[in-house]
Amino acid sequence: MAVAAKRTKTKAEAQHTFRALLVELPIYAVLVVAYFFCVLRFLGDWLGQLHANHTVLYAGVALALIIAQAVVLEWITTLLLRLLRGRSE
Amino acid sequence: MHFPISGADISPVYLVVVGFLIGIMGGFFGVGGSFIAGPALRAAGLDWNFAVGTDLAHIVGKSVVAAKRHRALGNVDLRLGFVMAIGTIGGAEVGAQIIQILKRAGNVNSVVSIVSVVIYVSISGFMIWESWRTLRNQKQKRTANGRAAKATSARSDESSFSHVTRSVQRFQLAPMISLPASGVKSISLWVIILVSFIGGLFSGFLGGGAGYIRMPMLVYVLGIPTHLAVGTDLFEIIISASYGTFSHAIKGNVDIMIALVMATGAAIGAQIGAITTQYFAGPKIRLAFVPLPLIGAAVVIYTMITGHKL
Repeated sequence: MAVAAKRTKTKAEAQHTFRALLVELPIYAVLVVAYFFCVLRFLGDWLGQLHANHTVLYAGVALALIIAQAVVLEWITTLLLRLLRGRSE
Repeated sequence: MHFPISGADISPVYLVVVGFLIGIMGGFFGVGGSFIAGPALRAAGLDWNFAVGTDLAHIVGKSVVAAKRHRALGNVDLRLGFVMAIGTIGGAEVGAQIIQILKRAGNVNSVVSIVSVVIYVSISGFMIWESWRTLRNQKQKRTANGRAAKATSARSDESSFSHVTRSVQRFQLAPMISLPASGVKSISLWVIILVSFIGGLFSGFLGGGAGYIRMPMLVYVLGIPTHLAVGTDLFEIIISASYGTFSHAIKGNVDIMIALVMATGAAIGAQIGAITTQYFAGPKIRLAFVPLPLIGAAVVIYTMITGHKL
């Protein structure tokens, strides 16, 4: 009995998580589009200049940007998922 | 969308979708996915040098997200990850030097291609055999013990290769360290460094993060449970891919704008992949891993036959 209950609980939890992820996707897509237009547009020329003239600085900035973006995106997606899961519980 | 650094015009939707798919794979299997991302960037019209460097930068972003998620799930052994970083960087440098020697000898393409196909096919063949045998043994045990044993299947991690793993763990060469997060009581530091060195060697020699060889070695040689091997490998990839990104960026081979766009898709894909591991037992993850090295082998064989890099 306990085994069956545990399995049902895990399955329900998985379905719950994936439903929340499906809701999260369109919200996240809107945020990403906004990010493309607002941030990447302004960064483009500056990064192009760095790439052409200061390669070591460009390498450092590139690494810092990709890590910073990953940390922020992970934070946003976790927050969205938590909010969505919380709301549907 | 125009990317001024590489001068390429690529649809951002294409980049996000590629990043998303590779993110799912990376989060689930603990690999960088360079054998798919590289050809995908190449197919979009990016020069080969930019494809390699940009792919590494995107791998850093994806691995940060996936490793953070795995850490939250308790799947990262930080101590092991930091120790392995030493061997990985050393191995990557030696791998890159071997490439330079082969370049000077004039047969780099054929040697790298043949070695990679042999390695990819061997890993897949071995993992099919091991996971199939483990799953069959589990099924027999369940039949013998009744259905109660099934309760442990979600994160259980038996292996038909565990006798070899135990022999490796019994190998006494000081200093010995313990890995409590991975459930390893004592193991020689040199064994860990050797395993990470081999991973780094293949990373420098064949390119990418070399997760396709490091993840199986963590499981079969060091005896790390599959879920922890996936998370720790991703942590390890952050270090090795960061090193590679910096090195390629100095050489002008990284279009960070493309990597940033890809990483937006990878961020959510990696989380889905990481969460999904919780619902699969170790042998099933290992069995699902099998097609990945075979895809890598197929790409290399296609390149060898046609002469075109994908």
